[in-house]
Amino acid sequence: MDGLSLQGINKTFGKVHAVRDVSKDIHSGEFFTLLGPSGCGKTTLLRMIAGLELQDSGRIILDGKDITGLPAIKRHINTVFQSYALFPHLNIFDNVAFGLRSRKVPGAEVNQRVKDTLDMLELGEMTKRFPHQLSGGQSQRVALARALVNEPKVLLLDEPMSALDAKLRAQVQIELRRLQQKLGQTFILVTHDQDEALIVSDRIAVMKAGQIVQYGTPAEVYDFPKNKFVAEFLGSANLIEGNYKDGLFHTPIGIFELEKPPPWEKGLIAIRPEWIRISDTEPVKNGLRATVTEIIYRGTNLDISLTPGPIRLRTSTYSRIKIGDELWLDLAPKEIAVLNE
Amino acid sequence: MNKLIIWYGELITNQKLLKRGLFFLVPGMLWLILFLVLPGLILVLVSFAGRGDYGNLVWEFSVENYTRLMGYGLFGWTLDYVYILLRSVWVALVTTGLSVVLSYPLCFYIAKKPLRTRYLWLTVVIIPFWTNMVIRAYAWFLILAPELPFAKLAAFLKLIPPGAPLYPSALAVYLGMISMFLPFVALPLFSSVERLDWTLVEAAQDLYASNFRIFMHAILPQTLPGLSVGIILTIVPAMGMFVVPDLLGGAKYMLVGNLIQQQFGASRDYAFGAAISMALMILTLFSLYMYKRKSKGIDLI
Repeated sequence: MDGLSLQGINKTFGKVHAVRDVSKDIHSGEFFTLLGPSGCGKTTLLRMIAGLELQDSGRIILDGKDITGLPAIKRHINTVFQSYALFPHLNIFDNVAFGLRSRKVPGAEVNQRVKDTLDMLELGEMTKRFPHQLSGGQSQRVALARALVNEPKVLLLDEPMSALDAKLRAQVQIELRRLQQKLGQTFILVTHDQDEALIVSDRIAVMKAGQIVQYGTPAEVYDFPKNKFVAEFLGSANLIEGNYKDGLFHTPIGIFELEKPPPWEKGLIAIRPEWIRISDTEPVKNGLRATVTEIIYRGTNLDISLTPGPIRLRTSTYSRIKIGDELWLDLAPKEIAVLNE
Repeated sequence: MNKLIIWYGELITNQKLLKRGLFFLVPGMLWLILFLVLPGLILVLVSFAGRGDYGNLVWEFSVENYTRLMGYGLFGWTLDYVYILLRSVWVALVTTGLSVVLSYPLCFYIAKKPLRTRYLWLTVVIIPFWTNMVIRAYAWFLILAPELPFAKLAAFLKLIPPGAPLYPSALAVYLGMISMFLPFVALPLFSSVERLDWTLVEAAQDLYASNFRIFMHAILPQTLPGLSVGIILTIVPAMGMFVVPDLLGGAKYMLVGNLIQQQFGASRDYAFGAAISMALMILTLFSLYMYKRKSKGIDLI
């Protein structure tokens, strides 16, 4: 099989079970993201793939070959470190050439490949500069070039954007996505930034306490969160608890219709704030009469809190809503996500 | 001059600031002039003087002390003094080199200890610092004594006659010198090793580097500041060391420090002693200059 296969990976640090029985196939050419809060084991998992950490049990298969027992220097996998870890005493060219020179690639080929990679990442002008003379964004691209020049079978990225400011980060995320699509290489990204995960990934694995709790395309994970953790970690969600009986979902704030019956009798539903529509008249079904208690102006939109609930919704800044207004909310059945767990 | 300025938050005039600066500076400057600059100049003058019949200084200008150091003496030309000078440089280099080689594993070992015991280990390295040099040299007498296994082993291997101690000898000098200077290298090096960014080592591993490449690119550049201080702190005093080679090397392994001490002591030839001192000083400065040139961009201190 092409790609990377993780089979029953476990890792403990003392009493902490950092990674629990993770099994996942990552296809060749896929942009795969491990998303989760700090301490969820995502970086540990990445380091085990890189060969910088040894798993307690489990196997790692790369392109059909078992690499479980190979050290980092024998794995055709390269990493972009969170701190970039550029060699401060080497200039940009020598930094990027490091991996090729370690493998004793002939000089002329080194020059050509380093030059091509630097040009591709628009770093051609600064080959003679040293890491301390670079901005954060440039350092990040050098780190990327230093890994990519080796043409790894898998490129690992350990929170590579965390040192960049918000605006640059948004730009770099899109560039990274384009680069990966152009190269068609397997990228595995570790991040705690849900926007980043949604923007760049083909598939996302959401991790919590050492386990993958949900896995799928960005749209699948965002639109159909399986549980409370995913619903709240990706974006925000109104979580409403209630009982399902006689084909309707009974909650303290009202009775709602669902698209299809949930697999439980008592449980949670999630509605994204931006999925709720405001209506002047009572909607045909799933209407909720609510009073505005708080308005937060966010430039691109308004975040409004209402009672009962509290229900949060997101609307355009054009709406002339004041605190104390009574509104009809349309919680359409197709916008309600049923949480399985 | 009397304009008010704010100096790191303090409201003050330039004039007052200057006065205060001088007040703090002058004692130190006087001390240096009286006890370093003046004696240094006197040493230069004395090195061109001569020796009277009773060991007194004769104030007549000559370069005879220097030609004598170069080997031109009453009994023709010998390289004895040049040889001692070169040997001193050699001993200093070997001492420094071996101290560095021994310090690296030592520092990594200590740096990897848990914080609780780390300073205990450091203290063990520092204890020689607190112990008098002469006492330590005599301690080596005991260790190298003929009754102890080291000398017995050497005798068994027919390296020394049976019943003889391992001193005075070149080996004893090196043992003494390295045990003396190891903390001077290890302590500054440790401060660098302790702060080592291991991510760079991981990055080098990730980029297929051999162990040698990992050391050269991920460890050496990071530990260079500490290593540099350690080398300077060792090589400079090691070149002029006289107590250790005197006790452990004796006449068998004479270094320039002993030679100088001899001139100011038993031989009472102050002028010649001053000339040797000058030569040692020039050699030291030359070594530092070479070191600075070889290690471009690295600050000496």
